[in-house]
Amino acid sequence: MTDKERFVPDEGLAPASTALPAAGPMEELHNPPRSQWRDVWDQFKTHKGAMLGAVLFILIVASVYLGPFFWDIDPTQTAIRERNQGPSWAHPFGTDQLGRDMLARMMAGGQTSVSVGIAAMLLALFLGSFIGVLAGFFRRFDGPLMRLTDLFLALPLLPLLLVMMLLFREPLSAAFGLERGLFILIVSAIGITSWMPTARIVRGDVLALKEREFVLAARSIGTSNSRIIMRHILPNVLSPIMVSATLGIATAIITESALSFLGLGFPPDFPTWGRLLQDGVDYLQQYPERVFWPGLAISLTVLSVNYLGDGLRDALDPRIRGR
Amino acid sequence: MLTFTIRRLVLAVPTLLFISLVIFLLLELAPGDPMAQVPLTVPPEVKEKMREALGLGQPMHIRFWKWIVQFFWIEPQVLVDHIFGTTFSQGDLRVISWQTRSPVMDIVVQRIPQTLWVVGTAYVVAILIALPIGIYSAYRQYSWFDQMGTFVSMIGFSVPPFFSGVLVIVIFSVNLGWFPSIYDTTLKVTDWDSFMLQLQQMIMPVMVLALQITAQLSRFMRASMLDNLNQDYVRTARAKGLSEYTVVMVHVLRNSMIPVVTVIALGIPSIFGGAIITEQVFKVNGIGQLLIGAIQANDLPMVQTLTFIFAVLIVLFNLIADVLYGILDPRIRYD
Repeated sequence: MTDKERFVPDEGLAPASTALPAAGPMEELHNPPRSQWRDVWDQFKTHKGAMLGAVLFILIVASVYLGPFFWDIDPTQTAIRERNQGPSWAHPFGTDQLGRDMLARMMAGGQTSVSVGIAAMLLALFLGSFIGVLAGFFRRFDGPLMRLTDLFLALPLLPLLLVMMLLFREPLSAAFGLERGLFILIVSAIGITSWMPTARIVRGDVLALKEREFVLAARSIGTSNSRIIMRHILPNVLSPIMVSATLGIATAIITESALSFLGLGFPPDFPTWGRLLQDGVDYLQQYPERVFWPGLAISLTVLSVNYLGDGLRDALDPRIRGR
Repeated sequence: MLTFTIRRLVLAVPTLLFISLVIFLLLELAPGDPMAQVPLTVPPEVKEKMREALGLGQPMHIRFWKWIVQFFWIEPQVLVDHIFGTTFSQGDLRVISWQTRSPVMDIVVQRIPQTLWVVGTAYVVAILIALPIGIYSAYRQYSWFDQMGTFVSMIGFSVPPFFSGVLVIVIFSVNLGWFPSIYDTTLKVTDWDSFMLQLQQMIMPVMVLALQITAQLSRFMRASMLDNLNQDYVRTARAKGLSEYTVVMVHVLRNSMIPVVTVIALGIPSIFGGAIITEQVFKVNGIGQLLIGAIQANDLPMVQTLTFIFAVLIVLFNLIADVLYGILDPRIRYD
């Protein structure tokens, strides 16, 4: 804009509509530039459920990982004389049928459940984004990869997960040790069976993005495909990926607990929330609280993550933001 | 429309074949041996004969072909024989369970009624609850009713059935003593009293399953209604002076039902999968429990058949959903 254009010779004659828009941009220039993440955060703050969910999730994760530093009873320590105790100061959540402290077991179980959830989510996210970007960006991969996604969606997932647990449990625990082998097995089983929604969403976004001018500009200055994907495509599909990430944690935690509950997850002396719940079911009539605490922990974690995802989806959607 | 249906139908065949191959190959890797239970005193050559009798001696592709033939050719014949009293399948080898040494399909047929009763009722109940909730919370968006609906469906998403099931057992069965915690399959409904008993034992599993389905369906119904409520045709309908009831319940609802109907169709097979856990909690001896039992007992033919039945159901209802969408929304027919 030159000075000549900004200069209005006769203010009385100029219609109001031409004078007013000039004032708008001028004023906005004085505002400091706002980053995208600042906007996202401002929108996220207005979603009360999401804030509550975020706080709750951080609280649960922190107490599960940091709790054992303050509550240093060994979760596998049996004390048969103190079995089946109710809540007391020595054992706030009581003890189980072998006298193991329930609070310590809840923390240890939570560590496993949360880390399985996060690791499986990361794996599913990686697979999903990889396949989604590949299918969306390269036309020749689109057909086969999307057929593959459809095929995976048509598989009966829970039965297949159970079958996978049955089949690979022994070879993997022989190769990596019982607990680590099972951890790898559960994480990869959940990851392999839950990448499809992410792949579909990412592919759709990439299809639209790659026709945009900035991709054309990058290509015209000779940027390689991998560079375009890393610099221009991936940052722009980050928001759907983040939303799937939160929802993925929720699904993974529920799936892991379901496997443990059905007796096909971690071994009995290795607590996870689902395992603790299943152990508690045997004593349902006498000590219902033993089912209640692990179940509540699973439900609260998943609930908080779901609300977090809900708020994140709203915050990352530029159409909703600023309203 | 017919070509559309036929095209989807043709596409379903390779999908099913691929899935059956995946299931077959996955189970081929199984370390379990059906001869593990046979006493050690049985000489090796007898064991080898027994393995062959179970059809284990041949190469993999022949066994795969045999299994496909058994599943798609012989079992339907058995069904036809059963219905019309013919003898097409006489002498043919059927898929035999390693656990019970009886045909797998016979056991499946025994188990299906329990699953259909519990799961089917839950699905119907859930649809009846979810649709009105979805409609009203979309119509009054951000009202307290909508907020409540959001919260309840979040709970439905988040509380896994193995917790909600156990919770209702503690509340209604242990503390209040209203309903039995174990589903009695031998109960025959003959008169009013046995009908009431049946109703009592069904309430809890149906409640648990229906909560989950309601959560998903009502969210979906709400989103679909919200998409339509701001459309131009709604404004036109209001401008014509139609009553609010007609606008919402006729104009908006009919258009919003299109995706919801397909989601309902898509959800039917996943109910069989999801019911594995609920059946385990309430000890309903339906198909889900059969699968768990077969997995624990290493009964490969049973696991293969059941997983494949689930896969067939998923593909079938995907097809139904596609065709339904095509019928309800003519715009997508020719893409």
